[in-house]
Amino acid sequence: MMKLDLSARLPWIGIVLVALALAVLPFALAGIGTTWVRITNLALLFALLALGLNIVVGFAGLLDLGYIAFYAVGAYVYALLASPQFGLHLPFWAIIPLGALVACIFGVLLGAPTLKLRGDYLAIVTLGFGEIIRIFLNNLSQPVNITNGPQGISRIDSFRLGDFDFGKSEMLFGLNFSGPIKYYYLLLLVLIVIIVVNMRLQHSRIGRAWEAIREDEVAARAMGIDTTRMKLLAFAMGASFGGIAGGIFSSMQGFISPESFVLVESIMVLAMVVLGGMGNIWGVILGALLLSFVPELLRHTIEPLQRSLFGRSIVEPEVVRMLLFGLALVLMMLYRPAGLLPSAVRRRELARKSVEP
Amino acid sequence: MNARAPLLQVTGLAVSYGGIKAVKGIDLEVASGEMVCLIGANGAGKTSTLKAIAGLLPVARDSIRFESEPIGGRPAFELVRRGLALVPEGRGVFSQLTVDENLAMGAYIRRDHAEIRRDLDNIFDLFPRLKERRQQTAGTLSGGEQQMLAIGRALMSRPRLLLLDEPSMGLAPLVVARIFEIITEVARQGVTVLVVEQNARLALQRCDRGYVMESGVVTLHDTASALLDNDQVRKAYLGE
Repeated sequence: MMKLDLSARLPWIGIVLVALALAVLPFALAGIGTTWVRITNLALLFALLALGLNIVVGFAGLLDLGYIAFYAVGAYVYALLASPQFGLHLPFWAIIPLGALVACIFGVLLGAPTLKLRGDYLAIVTLGFGEIIRIFLNNLSQPVNITNGPQGISRIDSFRLGDFDFGKSEMLFGLNFSGPIKYYYLLLLVLIVIIVVNMRLQHSRIGRAWEAIREDEVAARAMGIDTTRMKLLAFAMGASFGGIAGGIFSSMQGFISPESFVLVESIMVLAMVVLGGMGNIWGVILGALLLSFVPELLRHTIEPLQRSLFGRSIVEPEVVRMLLFGLALVLMMLYRPAGLLPSAVRRRELARKSVEP
Repeated sequence: MNARAPLLQVTGLAVSYGGIKAVKGIDLEVASGEMVCLIGANGAGKTSTLKAIAGLLPVARDSIRFESEPIGGRPAFELVRRGLALVPEGRGVFSQLTVDENLAMGAYIRRDHAEIRRDLDNIFDLFPRLKERRQQTAGTLSGGEQQMLAIGRALMSRPRLLLLDEPSMGLAPLVVARIFEIITEVARQGVTVLVVEQNARLALQRCDRGYVMESGVVTLHDTASALLDNDQVRKAYLGE
Protein backbone atom coordinates (compact mmCIF):
# COMPACT_ATOMS: atom_id res chain seq x y z
CA MET A 1 0.00 0.00 0.00
CA MET A 2 2.76 2.39 0.94
CA LYS A 3 4.45 1.76 -2.34
CA LEU A 4 1.28 2.45 -4.32
CA ASP A 5 0.73 5.67 -2.45
CA LEU A 6 4.19 6.89 -3.25
CA SER A 7 3.99 6.13 -6.94
CA ALA A 8 0.68 7.98 -7.16
CA ARG A 9 2.32 11.02 -5.61
CA LEU A 10 5.54 10.73 -7.55
CA PRO A 11 4.45 12.84 -10.55
CA TRP A 12 3.45 15.65 -8.21
CA ILE A 13 6.72 15.51 -6.36
CA GLY A 14 8.46 15.67 -9.72
CA ILE A 15 6.44 18.65 -10.87
CA VAL A 16 7.11 20.53 -7.63
CA LEU A 17 10.85 19.81 -7.90
CA VAL A 18 10.99 20.96 -11.53
CA ALA A 19 9.01 24.08 -10.68
CA LEU A 20 11.38 24.87 -7.82
CA ALA A 21 14.41 24.30 -10.02
CA LEU A 22 12.98 26.56 -12.72
CA ALA A 23 12.18 29.25 -10.15
CA VAL A 24 15.69 29.27 -8.68
CA LEU A 25 17.50 28.78 -12.00
CA PRO A 26 17.91 32.43 -13.09
CA PHE A 27 19.55 33.38 -9.78
CA ALA A 28 21.91 30.44 -10.00
CA LEU A 29 22.75 31.44 -13.58
CA ALA A 30 23.17 35.08 -12.59
CA GLY A 31 25.81 33.83 -10.18
CA ILE A 32 27.87 32.54 -13.15
CA GLY A 33 27.15 35.60 -15.22
CA THR A 34 24.19 37.56 -16.56
CA THR A 35 25.14 36.33 -20.05
CA TRP A 36 23.84 32.91 -19.09
CA VAL A 37 20.48 34.34 -18.10
CA ARG A 38 20.31 36.01 -21.49
CA ILE A 39 21.27 32.76 -23.22
CA THR A 40 18.54 30.95 -21.28
CA ASN A 41 16.03 33.60 -22.29
CA LEU A 42 16.93 33.17 -25.94
CA ALA A 43 16.62 29.40 -25.53
CA LEU A 44 13.12 29.84 -24.09
CA LEU A 45 12.26 32.15 -26.95
CA PHE A 46 13.41 29.52 -29.42
CA ALA A 47 11.31 26.96 -27.57
CA LEU A 48 8.30 29.23 -28.19
CA LEU A 49 9.19 29.47 -31.86
CA ALA A 50 9.76 25.74 -32.20
CA LEU A 51 6.38 25.02 -30.59
CA GLY A 52 4.75 27.36 -33.10
CA LEU A 53 6.48 25.74 -36.03
CA ASN A 54 5.63 22.33 -34.60
CA ILE A 55 1.95 23.08 -35.19
CA VAL A 56 2.59 23.56 -38.89
CA VAL A 57 5.28 20.92 -39.44
CA GLY A 58 4.69 18.42 -36.65
CA PHE A 59 0.92 18.41 -36.33
CA ALA A 60 -0.31 19.29 -39.81
CA GLY A 61 2.72 17.94 -41.71
CA LEU A 62 3.24 21.08 -43.82
CA LEU A 63 6.92 21.80 -44.37
CA ASP A 64 7.56 25.49 -43.73
CA LEU A 65 11.04 26.86 -44.43
CA GLY A 66 10.11 30.50 -43.97
CA TYR A 67 8.79 30.38 -40.46
CA ILE A 68 11.14 33.06 -39.17
CA ALA A 69 9.16 35.57 -41.27
CA PHE A 70 6.31 35.47 -38.75
CA TYR A 71 8.79 36.04 -35.96
CA ALA A 72 10.04 39.03 -37.95
CA VAL A 73 6.52 40.35 -38.46
CA GLY A 74 5.80 40.14 -34.73
CA ALA A 75 9.12 41.75 -33.88
CA TYR A 76 8.65 44.64 -36.29
CA VAL A 77 5.06 45.27 -35.27
CA TYR A 78 6.30 45.68 -31.71
CA ALA A 79 9.32 47.73 -32.71
CA LEU A 80 7.33 50.15 -34.86
CA LEU A 81 4.68 50.75 -32.22
CA ALA A 82 6.97 51.02 -29.21
CA SER A 83 10.09 52.93 -30.21
CA PRO A 84 11.19 56.39 -31.27
CA GLN A 85 10.92 55.28 -34.93
CA PHE A 86 7.40 56.74 -35.19
CA GLY A 87 7.43 58.23 -31.71
CA LEU A 88 4.82 55.67 -30.66
CA HIS A 89 5.02 54.03 -27.26
CA LEU A 90 1.97 51.83 -26.99
CA PRO A 91 1.73 49.40 -24.05
CA PHE A 92 2.99 45.88 -24.68
CA TRP A 93 -0.28 44.19 -23.74
CA ALA A 94 -1.89 45.99 -26.66
CA ILE A 95 0.89 45.39 -29.19
CA ILE A 96 1.64 41.73 -28.51
CA PRO A 97 -1.88 40.56 -29.44
CA LEU A 98 -1.78 42.92 -32.40
CA GLY A 99 1.54 41.42 -33.49
CA ALA A 100 0.05 37.94 -33.14
CA LEU A 101 -2.91 39.03 -35.26
CA VAL A 102 -0.77 40.60 -37.99
CA ALA A 103 1.46 37.50 -38.07
CA CYS A 104 -1.69 35.39 -38.24
CA ILE A 105 -2.89 37.37 -41.27
CA PHE A 106 0.48 36.83 -42.92
CA GLY A 107 0.15 33.15 -42.09
CA VAL A 108 -3.14 32.98 -43.95
CA LEU A 109 -1.62 35.02 -46.79
CA LEU A 110 1.08 32.41 -47.13
CA GLY A 111 -1.27 29.50 -46.55
CA ALA A 112 -4.04 30.40 -48.98
CA PRO A 113 -2.08 30.24 -52.25
CA THR A 114 -0.09 27.19 -51.16
CA LEU A 115 -2.98 24.96 -50.11
CA LYS A 116 -2.57 22.60 -53.03
CA LEU A 117 1.19 22.29 -52.63
CA ARG A 118 2.87 19.56 -50.68
CA GLY A 119 6.31 18.52 -49.58
CA ASP A 120 9.18 19.99 -51.56
CA TYR A 121 7.00 22.43 -53.50
CA LEU A 122 5.51 23.89 -50.37
CA ALA A 123 8.99 24.11 -48.84
CA ILE A 124 10.25 26.17 -51.77
CA VAL A 125 7.33 28.59 -51.67
CA THR A 126 7.60 29.09 -47.92
CA LEU A 127 11.34 29.61 -48.27
CA GLY A 128 10.65 32.29 -50.85
CA PHE A 129 8.04 33.87 -48.59
CA GLY A 130 10.53 34.12 -45.74
CA GLU A 131 13.04 35.82 -47.99
CA ILE A 132 10.43 38.23 -49.37
CA ILE A 133 9.57 39.41 -45.87
CA ARG A 134 13.23 39.90 -44.99
CA ILE A 135 13.94 41.79 -48.20
CA PHE A 136 10.92 43.99 -47.64
CA LEU A 137 12.14 44.82 -44.15
CA ASN A 138 15.54 45.59 -45.59
CA ASN A 139 14.17 47.96 -48.23
CA LEU A 140 11.15 49.62 -46.65
CA SER A 141 13.27 52.66 -45.77
CA GLN A 142 12.53 54.41 -49.03
CA PRO A 143 10.62 56.37 -50.28
CA VAL A 144 8.92 56.47 -46.89
CA ASN A 145 11.06 55.29 -44.03
CA ILE A 146 9.11 52.58 -42.25
CA THR A 147 11.56 49.92 -41.15
CA ASN A 148 14.74 51.95 -41.20
CA GLY A 149 16.24 49.37 -43.61
CA PRO A 150 19.37 47.43 -42.72
CA GLN A 151 20.17 49.79 -39.82
CA GLY A 152 17.22 48.29 -38.02
CA ILE A 153 15.22 49.84 -35.21
CA SER A 154 16.84 50.65 -31.91
CA ARG A 155 15.80 51.92 -28.50
CA ILE A 156 12.72 49.72 -28.51
CA ASP A 157 10.71 49.93 -25.29
CA SER A 158 10.94 47.12 -22.82
CA PHE A 159 7.74 45.75 -21.34
CA ARG A 160 6.30 48.01 -18.71
CA LEU A 161 3.37 47.51 -16.36
CA GLY A 162 2.83 50.69 -14.40
CA ASP A 163 6.11 51.30 -12.59
CA PHE A 164 7.29 47.75 -13.12
CA ASP A 165 9.78 47.87 -15.98
CA PHE A 166 11.12 44.62 -17.37
CA GLY A 167 14.19 46.43 -18.60
CA LYS A 168 15.37 47.69 -15.22
CA SER A 169 16.91 46.04 -12.19
CA GLU A 170 14.91 46.10 -9.02
CA MET A 171 15.20 44.82 -5.48
CA LEU A 172 12.26 42.60 -4.59
CA PHE A 173 11.96 40.39 -1.49
CA GLY A 174 15.60 41.11 -0.81
CA LEU A 175 16.67 39.69 -4.20
CA ASN A 176 18.11 41.56 -7.12
CA PHE A 177 15.76 41.10 -10.06
CA SER A 178 17.73 42.21 -13.10
CA GLY A 179 16.04 42.87 -16.45
CA PRO A 180 16.96 39.46 -17.92
CA ILE A 181 15.67 37.71 -14.80
CA LYS A 182 12.33 39.45 -15.10
CA TYR A 183 12.15 38.44 -18.76
CA TYR A 184 13.04 34.90 -17.78
CA TYR A 185 9.94 34.63 -15.62
CA LEU A 186 7.80 36.25 -18.27
CA LEU A 187 9.08 33.87 -20.93
CA LEU A 188 8.57 30.91 -18.65
CA LEU A 189 4.98 31.97 -18.10
CA VAL A 190 4.31 32.45 -21.81
CA LEU A 191 5.98 29.11 -22.54
CA ILE A 192 3.76 27.33 -20.03
CA VAL A 193 0.66 28.93 -21.54
CA ILE A 194 1.74 27.91 -25.03
CA ILE A 195 2.56 24.37 -23.90
CA VAL A 196 -0.94 24.07 -22.41
CA VAL A 197 -2.51 25.45 -25.60
CA ASN A 198 -0.48 22.98 -27.67
CA MET A 199 -1.48 20.04 -25.50
CA ARG A 200 -5.12 20.98 -25.68
CA LEU A 201 -4.87 21.40 -29.44
CA GLN A 202 -3.19 18.07 -29.93
CA HIS A 203 -5.96 16.17 -28.18
CA SER A 204 -8.78 18.16 -29.73
CA ARG A 205 -10.76 17.49 -32.89
CA ILE A 206 -8.53 20.02 -34.61
CA GLY A 207 -5.47 18.02 -33.61
CA ARG A 208 -7.00 14.84 -34.95
CA ALA A 209 -7.93 16.57 -38.18
CA TRP A 210 -4.32 17.71 -38.62
CA GLU A 211 -3.15 14.19 -37.93
CA ALA A 212 -5.43 12.86 -40.66
CA ILE A 213 -4.28 15.51 -43.13
CA ARG A 214 -0.65 14.69 -42.43
CA GLU A 215 -1.32 11.02 -43.10
CA ASP A 216 -3.50 11.18 -46.21
CA GLU A 217 -5.25 14.30 -47.40
CA VAL A 218 -7.82 12.66 -49.68
CA ALA A 219 -8.79 10.19 -46.99
CA ALA A 220 -9.01 13.06 -44.51
CA ARG A 221 -11.52 14.80 -46.75
CA ALA A 222 -13.48 11.57 -47.06
CA MET A 223 -13.67 11.52 -43.24
CA GLY A 224 -15.54 14.81 -43.32
CA ILE A 225 -12.57 17.03 -42.50
CA ASP A 226 -12.50 20.47 -44.10
CA THR A 227 -8.85 20.20 -45.10
CA THR A 228 -8.63 23.72 -46.52
CA ARG A 229 -9.78 25.32 -43.31
CA MET A 230 -7.67 23.08 -41.13
CA LYS A 231 -4.50 23.78 -43.09
CA LEU A 232 -5.11 27.52 -42.98
CA LEU A 233 -5.76 27.21 -39.27
CA ALA A 234 -2.40 25.48 -38.81
CA PHE A 235 -0.61 28.24 -40.69
CA ALA A 236 -2.49 30.93 -38.79
CA MET A 237 -1.88 29.44 -35.35
CA GLY A 238 1.77 28.69 -36.01
CA ALA A 239 2.24 32.20 -37.34
CA SER A 240 0.60 33.89 -34.37
CA PHE A 241 2.84 31.99 -31.93
CA GLY A 242 5.79 33.19 -34.00
CA GLY A 243 4.41 36.73 -33.83
CA ILE A 244 4.17 36.63 -30.04
CA ALA A 245 7.74 35.34 -29.77
CA GLY A 246 8.86 38.10 -32.13
CA GLY A 247 7.28 40.82 -30.00
CA ILE A 248 8.99 39.54 -26.86
CA PHE A 249 12.31 39.30 -28.72
CA SER A 250 11.96 42.89 -29.87
CA SER A 251 11.37 44.26 -26.40
CA MET A 252 13.98 42.05 -24.79
CA GLN A 253 16.76 43.01 -27.18
CA GLY A 254 15.79 46.64 -27.58
CA PHE A 255 17.16 46.50 -31.10
CA ILE A 256 16.18 44.54 -34.21
CA SER A 257 17.33 44.49 -37.80
CA PRO A 258 16.51 42.30 -40.80
CA GLU A 259 19.71 40.38 -40.07
CA SER A 260 18.01 38.63 -37.18
CA PHE A 261 15.55 37.01 -39.55
CA VAL A 262 17.66 35.27 -42.15
CA LEU A 263 17.02 31.87 -43.69
CA VAL A 264 19.47 30.12 -41.33
CA GLU A 265 17.21 31.08 -38.43
CA SER A 266 14.24 29.38 -40.10
CA ILE A 267 16.35 26.31 -40.66
CA MET A 268 17.58 26.39 -37.07
CA VAL A 269 14.03 26.38 -35.73
CA LEU A 270 13.10 23.57 -38.11
CA ALA A 271 16.16 21.62 -36.96
CA MET A 272 14.96 22.01 -33.36
CA VAL A 273 11.59 20.54 -34.28
CA VAL A 274 13.08 17.67 -36.28
CA LEU A 275 15.85 16.90 -33.80
CA GLY A 276 13.52 16.90 -30.83
CA GLY A 277 10.80 14.85 -32.46
CA MET A 278 8.22 16.26 -34.83
CA GLY A 279 4.78 16.41 -33.29
CA ASN A 280 5.98 15.78 -29.73
CA ILE A 281 5.70 18.89 -27.57
CA TRP A 282 8.37 17.84 -25.05
CA GLY A 283 10.65 16.64 -27.80
CA VAL A 284 10.40 19.95 -29.58
CA ILE A 285 11.20 21.86 -26.40
CA LEU A 286 14.16 19.57 -25.76
CA GLY A 287 15.37 20.17 -29.31
CA ALA A 288 15.11 23.93 -28.86
CA LEU A 289 16.99 23.90 -25.56
CA LEU A 290 19.73 21.61 -26.88
CA LEU A 291 20.32 23.59 -30.05
CA SER A 292 20.37 26.82 -28.05
CA PHE A 293 22.61 25.73 -25.17
CA VAL A 294 25.07 23.30 -26.69
CA PRO A 295 26.53 25.84 -29.15
CA GLU A 296 26.91 28.34 -26.33
CA LEU A 297 28.62 25.76 -24.15
CA LEU A 298 30.96 24.98 -27.02
CA ARG A 299 31.65 28.63 -27.54
CA HIS A 300 32.73 28.87 -23.92
CA THR A 301 34.82 25.70 -23.87
CA ILE A 302 36.49 25.36 -27.26
CA GLU A 303 38.45 28.58 -27.15
CA PRO A 304 39.96 27.98 -23.66
CA LEU A 305 40.54 24.32 -24.50
CA GLN A 306 42.56 25.15 -27.59
CA ARG A 307 44.55 27.75 -25.72
CA SER A 308 45.48 25.30 -23.01
CA LEU A 309 46.34 22.55 -25.51
CA PHE A 310 48.13 24.48 -28.25
CA GLY A 311 48.80 27.78 -26.61
CA ARG A 312 46.74 29.54 -29.24
CA SER A 313 43.37 29.32 -31.00
CA ILE A 314 43.70 27.22 -34.18
CA VAL A 315 40.09 26.70 -35.22
CA GLU A 316 37.44 29.34 -34.81
CA PRO A 317 34.79 28.28 -32.26
CA GLU A 318 32.11 29.15 -34.83
CA VAL A 319 33.57 26.63 -37.30
CA VAL A 320 33.69 23.86 -34.70
CA ARG A 321 30.16 24.69 -33.70
CA MET A 322 28.80 24.26 -37.21
CA LEU A 323 30.89 21.12 -37.72
CA LEU A 324 29.54 19.49 -34.57
CA PHE A 325 26.06 20.67 -35.35
CA GLY A 326 26.18 19.06 -38.79
CA LEU A 327 27.66 15.89 -37.38
CA ALA A 328 24.97 15.71 -34.71
CA LEU A 329 22.22 16.09 -37.31
CA VAL A 330 23.69 13.36 -39.52
CA LEU A 331 24.00 10.99 -36.55
CA MET A 332 20.47 11.80 -35.52
CA MET A 333 19.07 11.01 -38.93
CA LEU A 334 20.97 7.72 -38.95
CA TYR A 335 20.09 6.49 -35.48
CA ARG A 336 16.99 8.35 -34.38
CA PRO A 337 15.25 9.57 -37.54
CA ALA A 338 12.02 10.27 -35.65
CA GLY A 339 13.80 12.62 -33.23
CA LEU A 340 15.05 12.35 -29.67
CA LEU A 341 11.53 11.99 -28.30
CA PRO A 342 9.40 10.60 -31.13
CA SER A 343 5.69 11.24 -31.05
CA ALA A 344 4.56 7.61 -31.52
CA VAL A 345 4.09 7.17 -27.78
CA ARG A 346 1.75 10.10 -27.71
CA ARG A 347 -0.29 8.56 -30.49
CA ARG A 348 -0.77 5.36 -28.58
CA GLU A 349 -1.98 7.31 -25.57
CA LEU A 350 -4.35 9.31 -27.69
CA ALA A 351 -5.80 6.16 -29.22
CA ARG A 352 -6.62 4.64 -25.88
CA LYS A 353 -8.38 7.75 -24.75
CA SER A 354 -10.48 8.24 -27.85
CA VAL A 355 -11.87 4.83 -28.72
CA GLU A 356 -11.50 2.48 -25.78
CA PRO A 357 -15.01 1.12 -25.28
CA MET B 1 -39.67 15.11 -51.10
CA ASN B 2 -40.93 12.60 -53.58
CA ALA B 3 -41.03 9.27 -51.79
CA ARG B 4 -40.15 7.41 -54.95
CA ALA B 5 -37.14 9.54 -55.83
CA PRO B 6 -33.94 7.50 -55.79
CA LEU B 7 -31.39 8.08 -53.02
CA LEU B 8 -28.77 8.99 -55.58
CA GLN B 9 -29.59 10.37 -58.97
CA VAL B 10 -26.92 11.18 -61.52
CA THR B 11 -28.02 12.95 -64.69
CA GLY B 12 -25.78 14.04 -67.54
CA LEU B 13 -22.67 13.88 -65.37
CA ALA B 14 -19.56 15.09 -67.18
CA VAL B 15 -16.03 15.09 -65.81
CA SER B 16 -13.00 16.42 -67.60
CA TYR B 17 -9.34 16.73 -66.73
CA GLY B 18 -7.89 19.67 -68.61
CA GLY B 19 -9.25 19.10 -72.11
CA ILE B 20 -9.75 15.38 -71.76
CA LYS B 21 -13.29 14.22 -71.13
CA ALA B 22 -13.25 11.24 -68.78
CA VAL B 23 -17.00 11.04 -68.23
CA LYS B 24 -19.25 12.20 -71.05
CA GLY B 25 -22.69 12.82 -69.64
CA ILE B 26 -23.87 9.67 -67.90
CA ASP B 27 -27.12 8.88 -66.11
CA LEU B 28 -27.24 6.60 -63.10
CA GLU B 29 -29.60 5.92 -60.23
CA VAL B 30 -29.34 4.13 -56.93
CA ALA B 31 -32.48 3.54 -54.93
CA SER B 32 -32.46 3.34 -51.17
CA GLY B 33 -31.47 -0.15 -49.99
CA GLU B 34 -30.01 -1.22 -53.32
CA MET B 35 -26.58 -2.61 -54.01
CA VAL B 36 -25.43 -1.37 -57.40
CA CYS B 37 -22.18 -1.87 -59.26
CA LEU B 38 -20.45 0.11 -61.94
CA ILE B 39 -18.23 -2.11 -64.05
CA GLY B 40 -15.96 -1.54 -67.02
CA ALA B 41 -12.39 -1.67 -68.22
CA ASN B 42 -9.48 0.43 -67.03
CA GLY B 43 -9.92 4.07 -67.99
CA ALA B 44 -13.63 3.76 -68.73
CA GLY B 45 -14.37 6.57 -66.29
CA LYS B 46 -15.65 4.53 -63.37
CA THR B 47 -13.39 6.01 -60.73
CA SER B 48 -13.94 9.54 -62.04
CA THR B 49 -17.68 9.01 -61.71
CA LEU B 50 -17.33 7.82 -58.15
CA LYS B 51 -14.94 10.60 -57.20
CA ALA B 52 -17.37 13.15 -58.63
CA ILE B 53 -20.19 11.68 -56.56
CA ALA B 54 -18.00 11.75 -53.45
CA GLY B 55 -17.22 15.43 -54.00
CA LEU B 56 -13.58 15.05 -54.95
CA LEU B 57 -13.96 16.51 -58.46
CA PRO B 58 -15.61 19.72 -59.64
CA VAL B 59 -18.82 18.99 -61.57
CA ALA B 60 -22.10 20.74 -62.41
CA ARG B 61 -24.34 21.24 -59.40
CA ASP B 62 -27.46 19.65 -60.84
CA SER B 63 -25.75 16.61 -62.32
CA ILE B 64 -25.76 14.81 -58.96
CA ARG B 65 -28.68 14.69 -56.57
CA PHE B 66 -28.64 13.00 -53.19
CA GLU B 67 -32.01 12.65 -51.50
CA SER B 68 -33.29 15.01 -54.21
CA GLU B 69 -30.83 17.76 -53.18
CA PRO B 70 -28.33 18.90 -55.80
CA ILE B 71 -24.87 18.10 -54.46
CA GLY B 72 -22.68 18.23 -57.57
CA GLY B 73 -19.36 19.93 -56.82
CA ARG B 74 -20.02 20.20 -53.09
CA PRO B 75 -16.86 19.48 -51.13
CA ALA B 76 -16.34 15.94 -49.85
CA PHE B 77 -16.22 16.94 -46.20
CA GLU B 78 -19.72 18.35 -46.47
CA LEU B 79 -21.11 15.29 -48.24
CA VAL B 80 -19.92 13.02 -45.42
CA ARG B 81 -22.19 15.00 -43.11
CA ARG B 82 -25.08 14.38 -45.49
CA GLY B 83 -24.54 10.64 -45.35
CA LEU B 84 -22.17 9.74 -48.16
CA ALA B 85 -19.04 7.79 -47.35
CA LEU B 86 -16.25 6.88 -49.72
CA VAL B 87 -13.86 3.97 -49.45
CA PRO B 88 -11.12 5.39 -51.65
CA GLU B 89 -9.21 3.56 -54.32
CA GLY B 90 -6.12 1.90 -52.89
CA ARG B 91 -7.86 1.91 -49.49
CA GLY B 92 -6.26 5.10 -48.17
CA VAL B 93 -6.00 4.01 -44.56
CA PHE B 94 -3.94 6.20 -42.22
CA SER B 95 -0.98 3.87 -42.14
CA GLN B 96 0.82 5.39 -39.14
CA LEU B 97 -2.30 5.29 -37.00
CA THR B 98 -3.64 2.23 -35.23
CA VAL B 99 -6.78 0.37 -36.25
CA ASP B 100 -8.60 2.02 -33.36
CA GLU B 101 -7.44 5.47 -34.38
CA ASN B 102 -8.43 4.90 -37.98
CA LEU B 103 -11.91 3.90 -36.92
CA ALA B 104 -12.12 6.88 -34.56
CA MET B 105 -11.17 9.11 -37.48
CA GLY B 106 -14.09 7.63 -39.41
CA ALA B 107 -16.42 8.99 -36.76
CA TYR B 108 -14.82 12.44 -36.99
CA ILE B 109 -18.08 14.21 -37.82
CA ARG B 110 -19.99 12.60 -34.97
CA ARG B 111 -20.21 13.61 -31.33
CA ASP B 112 -22.62 10.98 -30.03
CA HIS B 113 -19.98 9.03 -28.13
CA ALA B 114 -22.24 6.28 -26.82
CA GLU B 115 -23.51 5.54 -30.32
CA ILE B 116 -19.99 5.64 -31.73
CA ARG B 117 -18.99 2.98 -29.23
CA ARG B 118 -21.92 0.83 -30.27
CA ASP B 119 -21.03 1.20 -33.94
CA LEU B 120 -17.46 0.29 -33.12
CA ASP B 121 -18.66 -2.97 -31.54
CA ASN B 122 -20.80 -3.60 -34.59
CA ILE B 123 -17.80 -3.14 -36.85
CA PHE B 124 -15.69 -5.48 -34.76
CA ASP B 125 -18.49 -8.06 -35.10
CA LEU B 126 -18.33 -7.59 -38.84
CA PHE B 127 -14.53 -7.72 -38.90
CA PRO B 128 -13.28 -9.88 -36.01
CA ARG B 129 -9.80 -9.67 -37.56
CA LEU B 130 -9.71 -5.94 -36.90
CA LYS B 131 -10.60 -6.45 -33.27
CA GLU B 132 -7.56 -8.67 -32.82
CA ARG B 133 -5.38 -5.97 -34.31
CA ARG B 134 -6.85 -2.90 -32.65
CA GLN B 135 -3.56 -1.52 -31.38
CA GLN B 136 -1.59 -2.36 -34.51
CA THR B 137 -0.75 0.44 -36.94
CA ALA B 138 -2.72 0.18 -40.17
CA GLY B 139 0.45 0.04 -42.26
CA THR B 140 1.35 -3.33 -40.75
CA LEU B 141 -1.95 -4.96 -41.78
CA SER B 142 -2.32 -7.19 -44.82
CA GLY B 143 -4.01 -5.79 -47.93
CA GLY B 144 -7.28 -7.54 -47.12
CA GLU B 145 -7.26 -6.30 -43.54
CA GLN B 146 -6.55 -2.77 -44.75
CA GLN B 147 -9.54 -2.99 -47.08
CA MET B 148 -11.68 -4.18 -44.18
CA LEU B 149 -10.39 -1.28 -42.11
CA ALA B 150 -11.17 1.18 -44.90
CA ILE B 151 -14.73 -0.15 -45.12
CA GLY B 152 -15.12 -0.16 -41.35
CA ARG B 153 -13.79 3.38 -41.15
CA ALA B 154 -16.28 4.56 -43.77
CA LEU B 155 -19.12 2.88 -41.88
CA MET B 156 -18.16 4.77 -38.72
CA SER B 157 -19.67 7.92 -40.23
CA ARG B 158 -23.03 6.10 -40.39
CA PRO B 159 -23.52 6.64 -44.10
CA ARG B 160 -26.75 6.12 -45.96
CA LEU B 161 -24.80 5.61 -49.16
CA LEU B 162 -21.49 3.76 -49.17
CA LEU B 163 -19.27 4.33 -52.19
CA LEU B 164 -16.55 1.77 -52.79
CA ASP B 165 -13.78 2.26 -55.32
CA GLU B 166 -12.27 -1.02 -56.54
CA PRO B 167 -12.41 -2.92 -53.25
CA SER B 168 -10.78 -5.95 -54.92
CA MET B 169 -7.71 -4.10 -56.10
CA GLY B 170 -4.48 -6.00 -55.43
CA LEU B 171 -6.10 -8.67 -53.27
CA ALA B 172 -6.02 -12.47 -53.56
CA PRO B 173 -9.22 -14.06 -54.97
CA LEU B 174 -10.18 -15.66 -51.66
CA VAL B 175 -9.80 -12.35 -49.86
CA VAL B 176 -11.80 -10.56 -52.55
CA ALA B 177 -14.63 -13.05 -52.13
CA ARG B 178 -14.58 -12.41 -48.37
CA ILE B 179 -14.62 -8.63 -48.89
CA PHE B 180 -17.64 -8.88 -51.15
CA GLU B 181 -19.39 -11.10 -48.62
CA ILE B 182 -18.90 -8.37 -46.08
CA ILE B 183 -20.12 -5.65 -48.44
CA THR B 184 -23.24 -7.73 -49.06
CA GLU B 185 -23.73 -8.04 -45.32
CA VAL B 186 -23.36 -4.27 -44.93
CA ALA B 187 -25.98 -3.76 -47.63
CA ARG B 188 -28.26 -6.25 -45.91
CA GLN B 189 -28.01 -4.19 -42.73
CA GLY B 190 -29.58 -1.30 -44.64
CA VAL B 191 -26.71 0.71 -46.12
CA THR B 192 -27.16 1.53 -49.78
CA VAL B 193 -24.07 0.56 -51.75
CA LEU B 194 -22.54 1.77 -55.00
CA VAL B 195 -19.41 -0.15 -55.90
CA VAL B 196 -17.00 0.45 -58.76
CA GLU B 197 -15.31 -2.78 -59.73
CA GLN B 198 -13.13 -4.34 -62.40
CA ASN B 199 -13.92 -7.83 -61.22
CA ALA B 200 -17.21 -7.83 -63.10
CA ARG B 201 -18.28 -11.35 -62.36
CA LEU B 202 -17.99 -11.07 -58.61
CA ALA B 203 -19.63 -7.64 -58.57
CA LEU B 204 -22.57 -8.78 -60.67
CA GLN B 205 -23.03 -11.94 -58.62
CA ARG B 206 -23.39 -9.87 -55.48
CA CYS B 207 -25.24 -6.75 -56.66
CA ASP B 208 -28.87 -6.07 -57.49
CA ARG B 209 -28.18 -4.00 -60.57
CA GLY B 210 -25.22 -3.04 -62.68
CA TYR B 211 -24.05 -0.31 -65.01
CA VAL B 212 -21.45 -0.96 -67.69
CA MET B 213 -19.16 1.93 -68.61
CA GLU B 214 -17.02 2.26 -71.72
CA SER B 215 -14.95 5.29 -72.75
CA GLY B 216 -16.84 7.67 -70.52
CA VAL B 217 -20.39 6.58 -71.32
CA VAL B 218 -22.80 4.04 -69.86
CA THR B 219 -23.34 1.45 -72.57
CA LEU B 220 -25.60 -0.92 -70.67
CA HIS B 221 -27.59 -1.06 -67.49
CA ASP B 222 -29.82 -3.78 -66.21
CA THR B 223 -30.37 -6.11 -63.31
CA ALA B 224 -27.21 -7.92 -62.35
CA SER B 225 -28.57 -11.32 -63.36
CA ALA B 226 -29.57 -10.04 -66.80
CA LEU B 227 -26.10 -8.56 -67.27
CA LEU B 228 -24.52 -11.88 -66.28
CA ASP B 229 -26.50 -13.48 -69.10
CA ASN B 230 -25.83 -10.71 -71.60
CA ASP B 231 -23.67 -11.94 -74.50
CA GLN B 232 -21.85 -8.65 -74.88
CA VAL B 233 -20.97 -8.53 -71.17
CA ARG B 234 -19.94 -12.18 -71.13
CA LYS B 235 -17.61 -11.67 -74.04
CA ALA B 236 -16.10 -8.37 -72.94
CA TYR B 237 -16.00 -8.62 -69.15
CA LEU B 238 -16.45 -12.19 -68.05
CA GLY B 239 -13.93 -13.67 -70.45
CA GLU B 240 -16.28 -16.28 -71.91
